[in-house]
Amino acid sequence: MTAHLAKIALTEMQAELRDQAMKFCGEKSPVSKVRALLEDERGYDEAVWAEMAELGWLGIAIPEDQGGLGLELADVVPIAEAMGKHLMNSPYASTTLAAQAILHGGSDAQKAEWLPKLSSGTVATVALFEPSGAWELDAVTGETKTFVLNLNAAEIVVTTVKHDGQTRLALIPRDTIEARRETIIDETKRSYRFDVPEIDAIWLMPAELTSAALDRIELVANLLQAAELSGAAMACVDYTVDYLKTRKQFGKVIGAFQALKHPTVDAFMGAEGARSLLYAAATHVERQGEGEIAVRMANAKAGGALSYAADRSIQFHGGFGFTYDCDAQLYRRVAMFAASQFGDAAFHRARLAELLL
Amino acid sequence: MISVEDFAAQADAWFAEHTPRGVPFMLPLTFMEVGTDEQFDFLRDWQNQVYRAGYLGAHWPTDYGGGGLTQKHQDAATRVMRKYNVPIMLNAIGIGWAGPLILDTGTEDEKRKYLPGILSADDIWCQGFSEPDNGSDLGNAQLKAVRDGDEYVLNGSKTWTTQGNYAKYMILLARTDFDAPNKYAGLSFFLAPMRIPGVETTKIRKLTGEYGFTQTFFTDARIPADTLMGQEGEGWKVAMRTLEYERGARGGQAGGYTISQTDPLEVVGLAKRATRNGQPALEDPVMRDRLMAQMIEGQAMMANRERAKIMPLVMERPFALPMLSKLQFTEYARETGELALELEGAQSGYYVGEAGSREDGYWQRSYLNAFSATIGGGTSQIQRNIVGEHVLGLPKTR
Repeated sequence: MTAHLAKIALTEMQAELRDQAMKFCGEKSPVSKVRALLEDERGYDEAVWAEMAELGWLGIAIPEDQGGLGLELADVVPIAEAMGKHLMNSPYASTTLAAQAILHGGSDAQKAEWLPKLSSGTVATVALFEPSGAWELDAVTGETKTFVLNLNAAEIVVTTVKHDGQTRLALIPRDTIEARRETIIDETKRSYRFDVPEIDAIWLMPAELTSAALDRIELVANLLQAAELSGAAMACVDYTVDYLKTRKQFGKVIGAFQALKHPTVDAFMGAEGARSLLYAAATHVERQGEGEIAVRMANAKAGGALSYAADRSIQFHGGFGFTYDCDAQLYRRVAMFAASQFGDAAFHRARLAELLL
Repeated sequence: MISVEDFAAQADAWFAEHTPRGVPFMLPLTFMEVGTDEQFDFLRDWQNQVYRAGYLGAHWPTDYGGGGLTQKHQDAATRVMRKYNVPIMLNAIGIGWAGPLILDTGTEDEKRKYLPGILSADDIWCQGFSEPDNGSDLGNAQLKAVRDGDEYVLNGSKTWTTQGNYAKYMILLARTDFDAPNKYAGLSFFLAPMRIPGVETTKIRKLTGEYGFTQTFFTDARIPADTLMGQEGEGWKVAMRTLEYERGARGGQAGGYTISQTDPLEVVGLAKRATRNGQPALEDPVMRDRLMAQMIEGQAMMANRERAKIMPLVMERPFALPMLSKLQFTEYARETGELALELEGAQSGYYVGEAGSREDGYWQRSYLNAFSATIGGGTSQIQRNIVGEHVLGLPKTR
C-alpha cells in the first residue's frame, strides 16, 4: 500500500536540532517550571521565547529571502517533539502555523511585512474554529472564533472570515480584537475567544490562495500536533515506569506485577510506533497527497498512544494518580485538548479512509 | 563481486519466471503449518530450487554452501521474494536460528557438516525447547541427558516440535545436572540427531483441524557426546542466543521468509468483495474505521523497522524496536485475521471446504493459525515481560 511512506530520512541538521531542542527544553522546562506556569496569565516564559528566537527556531521553515533560515518543515518536527516531551508551552506552534499560512496564502506585501518579524520572535496565532465545533477549516460563519491559542501574546491573527459569501483568510491585528480567555482542559496552554471585528479589506489574504493556505495550515497543525503528542507519550511512559520501579505494595515493587507491567509495555509500544510514524511523516510531509496521508496517520497514532499511556499512568499511580499533584493528569489533559483541535483520531481515520480505500 | 543492484535484477527475473503459480492445494502461510506430505515435498523442492539459484544463504560463506556475497545481496533477494509473494522457505529453524547459531559459534566441523544441508533443505531442523509441562518457562526444562562414555542418554519429551516428523536434527535444550545451583546452570544444548532409536514423534492436531507440530518422545535415546554445543551446563546461554535469532534481535539468518506477512491490502481487497447488510463491507463506516486503524498499525510497524536502522533515532533504547518486533508482528497478524472475519459478515461462519465460504476459508484458517506465533517462541505475555524487564527496566515478575 504505502510501504514507501514508512521510510525515514534524517538529516544531520535534524539530528542536531533534536539534540539541541531536547537539551534546551529539558533545561528550561523542568516540571516545577511547567507547574509554576499553570498559574501564569501568559502561560510561558518570555525570556525563554526570546532565546528560542535567538536560536533561529522561529525562522526554520521560512525562506531566507523572507528573513528565515530557509530550512524545511521537517526541521521544525524535532523542536515540537522536544517541547511536547517536556510539556513546554510556548507560542511556537501557533506562530509557526501563522507563518506557514502567510507564506502559502499571503500577498507579497503581507509576506514582506510579517515573515521577517515572525522569524525573529514576534508572536502570531491562528483563529480557525467556531462554536459549531466543525473541524473542516472552510466551514465558517466568521462571527465568533474560539480556541485561539496565545492570542494575548500575538501581534497578528490569521483568521478565517466570511467575505462576500466566501471563506477567506485575513490578517487581523491583535489590537482590533476584544477577547476573553477560555477555560480549557490543557492548563499549560492559553486559549481565547473573540467576536470577529469588521474586516478591513487590506487585511484580506488573496482569495485564490485561500484553499492552498487552509490545506497548509491543516497539514502543519497536524504535523506539529503529532510531534507534540509523540514526545509527550514517550515522556509519560518514562514517568510511569519510574514510579513502577520505586513504589512498593504487598511487599513488592509494583512494576513486577504483570497487570501493570503489560499495559505499560503496550503504552511504550504505542509511543514507539508514534515516534516512528512521526519521523516518517516529517520525511514525506512535502510530497503532494502522500504528506497528508503520512501526517494524519502519525497524528491519529500519537493521539491514541498518549491517551492510553496517560490514562494508564493515572490508574497505576493509584490514589496519588487521582490528585492534582500527580503529573499523569498533565499528560492526559494534553491528549484530551489535542483531540479537540484539527480533528480527533477517528476524524483522521475517516479522512484517511477517503484517501486510501 | 556482483553488485547488489545486478543481483537484485537477476533475482527479479528468476522469481518472475520460477515462482510457482496455480498450486492445486493450499500452501502453508507459515513454516508451522506444514501438515501434509504433499505440502512438505512441494516446499522442500521449492527451497532447494531457490537455494540452487543462489537466492538463499547468498551471504553465507561458500565453504559452507553459501553464495559468498553480502547481507545486502541476500536482503535484496528476500525483498524480491516478498514482491512475488513466493511460497515460504520450509526449513525455518535451520535457516533462521540453528544455522546462524552454528555459523557464529560452531566449530569448523560443525559448520561443514550442518550448514549446506540446511540451505538445500536436505536436512530439516526442528527445535526441542518447549516441554509438555513447561511451555514458556523454558528454564525449567526437564528432559534428562546423562553422559555415558562418548554418548548422552536422553529421556523425556519435547512438544510443539514444528516439523518434528520431518526433521533430521533438533536443537535441543536438556538437563545434564539436576543438582546445579540454579535451574539455568544445569542445562546443556545439543545438535541432536532425530532418526535414531528411542526417538518417536506423534503429530499434534491443531485448533484448525490440521497438523504441523509434533510431540517428541525420547526413551533411552543415545546421541554422540560431540553433539554438545558449547560447554556442558552452558545450554541456557546458547538457548538465549538462539532466541535472539528467533525474535529477530540478532542477524545472520540465511534469508528468505518463513512466515508470509499479512498485507493489510489483502484485507482491503476482502472488504471490497465482502458484503455486510447488503452493501460492500468497505462502505460500512465502522469497518472503514477498523480498517484504517489496522493500516495505521501496519504502517507504524514498517516505520519502526526503518527507524531501527537510524542510530540517532534509537539511541535512548537501542534494542527496543527489535525486542518489540515479535510481539507486534504476531499480534498484528492475529488482529488482521480477526478483522477479516468481521468483514466477511454472514460468510464468516463457513470453514475450509465449504462452497459458500470466501476464499475457501482462508481467513478462518489464517486467524486460527495466527495463534501459533503469539504463543510459540514465548507467548505475547512473556514477550511483554521481556520488554518490560530488559527494555524498560521494570523488576522481574516471579
